[in-house]
Amino acid sequence: MSIRIRTPSLIRLRKSVDRTVLKESRALVEDFNRRGVLRGALTLGALTMLTGCDVSEEESVQNGLRAVSSWNDAVQAAIFRPDHLARTFSPSQVVKPPRFNAYFHAIEDVRPINGTTWKLELAGLIKDKRPWTAQQIYQLPEQELIIRHICVEGWDYIGQWSGPNLRAFLTRIGADLTAKYVYFICNDDFTESIDMASALHPQTILASKYAGALLADPFGYPLRLRTTVKLGYKNAKWIRAIEVTNTFRPTFWSKQGENWFAGI
Amino acid sequence: MSPIAAVQSNARQRPRLHPLPLRIMHWINAVAIFIMIGSGWRIYNDDILFRWLQFPEFLVIGKWAQYGLQWHFFGMWIFVLNGFAYVAYGILTGRFRQKLFPISIREVLVTLGDALRLRLSHEDLTAYNAVQKTLYLGVILVGMFIVITGLCLWKPVQFSEVADLFDSFQTIRLIHFLCMSAIVAFVAVHVTLALLVPRSLVAMITGGPVLDDSPVEAAALSGAPTRSNPLAR
Repeated sequence: MSIRIRTPSLIRLRKSVDRTVLKESRALVEDFNRRGVLRGALTLGALTMLTGCDVSEEESVQNGLRAVSSWNDAVQAAIFRPDHLARTFSPSQVVKPPRFNAYFHAIEDVRPINGTTWKLELAGLIKDKRPWTAQQIYQLPEQELIIRHICVEGWDYIGQWSGPNLRAFLTRIGADLTAKYVYFICNDDFTESIDMASALHPQTILASKYAGALLADPFGYPLRLRTTVKLGYKNAKWIRAIEVTNTFRPTFWSKQGENWFAGI
Repeated sequence: MSPIAAVQSNARQRPRLHPLPLRIMHWINAVAIFIMIGSGWRIYNDDILFRWLQFPEFLVIGKWAQYGLQWHFFGMWIFVLNGFAYVAYGILTGRFRQKLFPISIREVLVTLGDALRLRLSHEDLTAYNAVQKTLYLGVILVGMFIVITGLCLWKPVQFSEVADLFDSFQTIRLIHFLCMSAIVAFVAVHVTLALLVPRSLVAMITGGPVLDDSPVEAAALSGAPTRSNPLAR
């Protein structure tokens, strides 16, 4: 009854993109997005909004919707329960390998990180900003989570992730835990950020393993975020740097119109 | 003052079938439902539940999924706040009790039979027949359930006490979808009948016939023959 097939989506761009073209095509994608809003307004017609085809009006609809999305960020932060744990599952329910998804379409487009030269850089409101090698991170105490991954598109699966607890890691490096945001700067300048309360949630980890083995390249090797309190797209893969800050900056997906807080 | 003028003056002060707050809430709800369904179909299209069902692009709100989501999470405030006001109004003013109850199964079957033989009378807009009562009550309950399942989809962890009552996330999606289907079916019947009996559509704009304690007088004022029992022909 519920047979699902992969459908076109912005989460997986329709065409696989050449990495060098990615930055140039971003403007094009945003142009598509604006036209998408125009179409939405036209579909609604005069019944809900007195919008015409004028570009400025179409942008005002998008501005209004984004304002509501920001309001929804605040509501989500207000109802967030910092110590409320998500359901966990048994090893027999784990899907292997995990389902691939990224901001680009094809798994062949994954550009692997060289784990021997990779270092995790630290920035912002952190006392000890010395970079970490993969080996150093592997020696930290690990936390294992068998948890549900929920994609904004609607699908979900159970995965088994392990790595250092983010709260423990932030404490260890002397991060200001009263700061507002934790930013993840990743491959290709992909950025994602989460609020500090979610970063300090007991089920938020820097995952380096899946089902007991080192992460494979498509799933974020050598280090990625996994948390039970955010939608899939907030779980940044291929992390290169972590920044703790009080300054809000739009991230890859929030620039595309996705909700920033994206809590679940 | 002539007797006719007295009656008219009196009539203006008497409540109408659909009081103004109710009419406002009805049309706000119509807009909210329109936004929620159009944007919901856009969201559905991004990860379909049924291989045979993908909503055509010209019917959905939002070119891309994230715009569908923006509309959905904007519309939800209108739908939920207005729906909450409507239910509170229906309960506190006694309108639900008065208009939707009691419902007898026998009456439902008789009315349904009449409806299928196209023998329903719509002379009296002020009294709902048993099928109407069932559908109106049903769609209110479905509306509540679609909000509950919607909250479980939005916040399956924060609201895990409710969300975990369902056996999986996909089950919640499916139920949310089925509630939407029920509302779409209701809207189809509701709009069709409103167009077939235009007075009922006008009544939801102007307020409709003036009500009175005496059913005879109310019927007379609305220009309808006296009929308080929908079974009486």
